[in-house]
Amino acid sequence: MATETSASSSDFIKNLGKMYGTYTGGFIAFILVLAALEQFGVPNKILGYLFVFFTLAVYAIIGVMTRTAQVSEYYVAGRRVPAFYNGMATGADWMSAASFVGMAGTLFLLGYDGLAWVLGWTGGFVLVSILIGPYLRKFGAYTVPDFLSFRYGGNFARSLGVIVLVACSFTYVTAQIYGTGLIASRFLGMQFEVAVFAGLVGILLCAMLGGMRAVTWTQIAQYVVLIIAYLTPIVILSTKKYGIPIPELTYGQAIADITAREQQMLATGLATVANLKPHIAPFINYSPLNFFAIIMCMMVGTASLPHILMRYFTTPSVREARQSVAWSLLFIFLLYFSAPAYAAFSKLEVYTNIIGRDLSAIRPWLFNWGELGLIQICGKNASSIDAVIAACKAIADHPGVVRLQDFIINTDVIVLSTPEIAGLPYVISGLVAAGGLAAALSTADGLLLAIANALSHDVYYKMIDPNAPTMRRLTVARALLVVVAVIAAATAATKPADILAMVGWAFSLAMAGNFPALVMGVWWKRTTATGAICGIIAGFGLCLFYLVTTRYFPGAGVKYFGMTSLTNPLTGAPLVDIAKAMALPNAMESFPTLAHPMANKVGWFDLTNIACGLLGTPLGFVVIYVVSLLGKEPSAEMQAYVDDIRKPRGRTVLEEKTT
Amino acid sequence: MADSTSMKQKEEAHWAKTSRLMFTHLGIWFFFGFIIHMFVVPLNKFTIPILGFPLGFYMAAQGSLIVFVVMLFLFAKQQDKIDREFGFAEED
Repeated sequence: MATETSASSSDFIKNLGKMYGTYTGGFIAFILVLAALEQFGVPNKILGYLFVFFTLAVYAIIGVMTRTAQVSEYYVAGRRVPAFYNGMATGADWMSAASFVGMAGTLFLLGYDGLAWVLGWTGGFVLVSILIGPYLRKFGAYTVPDFLSFRYGGNFARSLGVIVLVACSFTYVTAQIYGTGLIASRFLGMQFEVAVFAGLVGILLCAMLGGMRAVTWTQIAQYVVLIIAYLTPIVILSTKKYGIPIPELTYGQAIADITAREQQMLATGLATVANLKPHIAPFINYSPLNFFAIIMCMMVGTASLPHILMRYFTTPSVREARQSVAWSLLFIFLLYFSAPAYAAFSKLEVYTNIIGRDLSAIRPWLFNWGELGLIQICGKNASSIDAVIAACKAIADHPGVVRLQDFIINTDVIVLSTPEIAGLPYVISGLVAAGGLAAALSTADGLLLAIANALSHDVYYKMIDPNAPTMRRLTVARALLVVVAVIAAATAATKPADILAMVGWAFSLAMAGNFPALVMGVWWKRTTATGAICGIIAGFGLCLFYLVTTRYFPGAGVKYFGMTSLTNPLTGAPLVDIAKAMALPNAMESFPTLAHPMANKVGWFDLTNIACGLLGTPLGFVVIYVVSLLGKEPSAEMQAYVDDIRKPRGRTVLEEKTT
Repeated sequence: MADSTSMKQKEEAHWAKTSRLMFTHLGIWFFFGFIIHMFVVPLNKFTIPILGFPLGFYMAAQGSLIVFVVMLFLFAKQQDKIDREFGFAEED
């Protein structure tokens, strides 16, 4: 029986190329069929539904087919996912709705400064590979807290690991489910709250029955969908405009055109120096300190996020874990180096075909988005030419052409509207929606699994009932998955604001909580359990304190902790008048949250709270170092284990019983 | 006993080489992640021929990213070579 399973599973691995090749071909054929249907007059809404339901059905089928009742399959996909495919799965795991829909919009708004996110979300994989990932693979853990517990003497370190994991993953997953709901509601016309829970069912179908194994094989399918969806519109646009189907090369010309147009707009009074932010000029939106702080936090956060690290537990060997990190970044790179092209093409379109146009000659693509309130001209939703003309008439001395200050666009529109800007058929828009959905679902899958695994494996099995039989462990894991998912969806349905900031916090928290303890645990044998525990508490604590104080209790921050207003990077002027804000009757209140005049606008050293990890992490390192030196050297046995982790050859340090 | 001493030496030599490789890559990572972008303003004065990108912008949008990808494939190869040299690599 055992040999039979292993023979059929090695066949499975061998046939992966054929299977996913057929799948990709099938997906392209499906797009072509829908394109043909559109020509025969099938309405857009039906096409949108077909796209979403077909792709969801495929993920669900893969999820059901790869269900498993084996513990090692459930937690680490049996440790036999080849480097190349694990790279693809990590790519989908990594790229979320924020990357797919939000990144290009951020770059559109912030220009050069937005590249901090592009750099931060790619360079971190270097740290994963050289400092942490392969060593954890050799260690043989199922979860990140597994490692902390073993290396740092037991369940106290484990529970700290679980707290950090849940804090950062939950912040992150809420943003993903929110993104799923956003896309489903926009393209399928569902009510937002309904869409959130519909997306949830899709996520659960993939993750619940087969754990890591099912999530891995669906994520690969989702990567294929999302990368085809992201690249198709922009490749067509580039070919149409510049005759070369490589947008990453041709958008250099678009940037030169944008810069020329910016000068022209200033000269003709279409824009003022105050409201025009030159696309390529650095440090207008972020001060140099915050620009580099964001890069650092996103990079180090990458190397500390449990749902990413645990993907490298699934490779057959340490060698493949390293190769797999390289493949991951290559697959992620394909999307990230195209995002600035989206931003540049959209900006050029807006600057040349909207700004400076006579109000009656505005291109019609934007009215669809104006109706939804996502594009505003002259302060009103741009739902039709008449609406725009009426709105602008109400402004005194309006010249009758659209000026830069008249135009407001929601950043989510940039990617979603590119097919229309390029004048492509609706089928491409449907494709983009399916891609965005794949991006959001795949990340949510990975995150929910990380949380549920930590709760079922670390908390239930390791801390509450070490004798639990396999079936009960897996049942607990599945039940917890559902509970966590429902709580996350309920939180998402309340529409917590600003996805980018939330995702940024998740990275900073992971960085401050995990990075020092993980790196020191592998790279410095002298690190003691007490040192690491103090370091995690100090680093994570400081980061959390800075985040919560600046976000929820800015008044207390100013009064008791010497915080000052953040400053405008261009003028150096403070963002809020602290003296005036402190004199307000509600200055010391906490939970009127975003309405608070100082929320997110105070801090130390002019440092934005997104980068709170930059305060916590160095403190974590110092505390671990000092406290470790004060204590007794770790046992010879522990030091030998560390030596073992450093050598790829041989058995894993931790041997889980699997039956 | 002699065996365990030589094993110890091998481990130390292996780790010394591994650490050196780590610091080399960490240095390159820091240069392309941070240092080069500190010079974005002077770099933007240069334009990449034909493509038309200002150099400083290009480095942040594509240049550094390409370096990171290449680095990772290179690192996987180099570390494997070190592991093999000391007989610590896994069987193929």
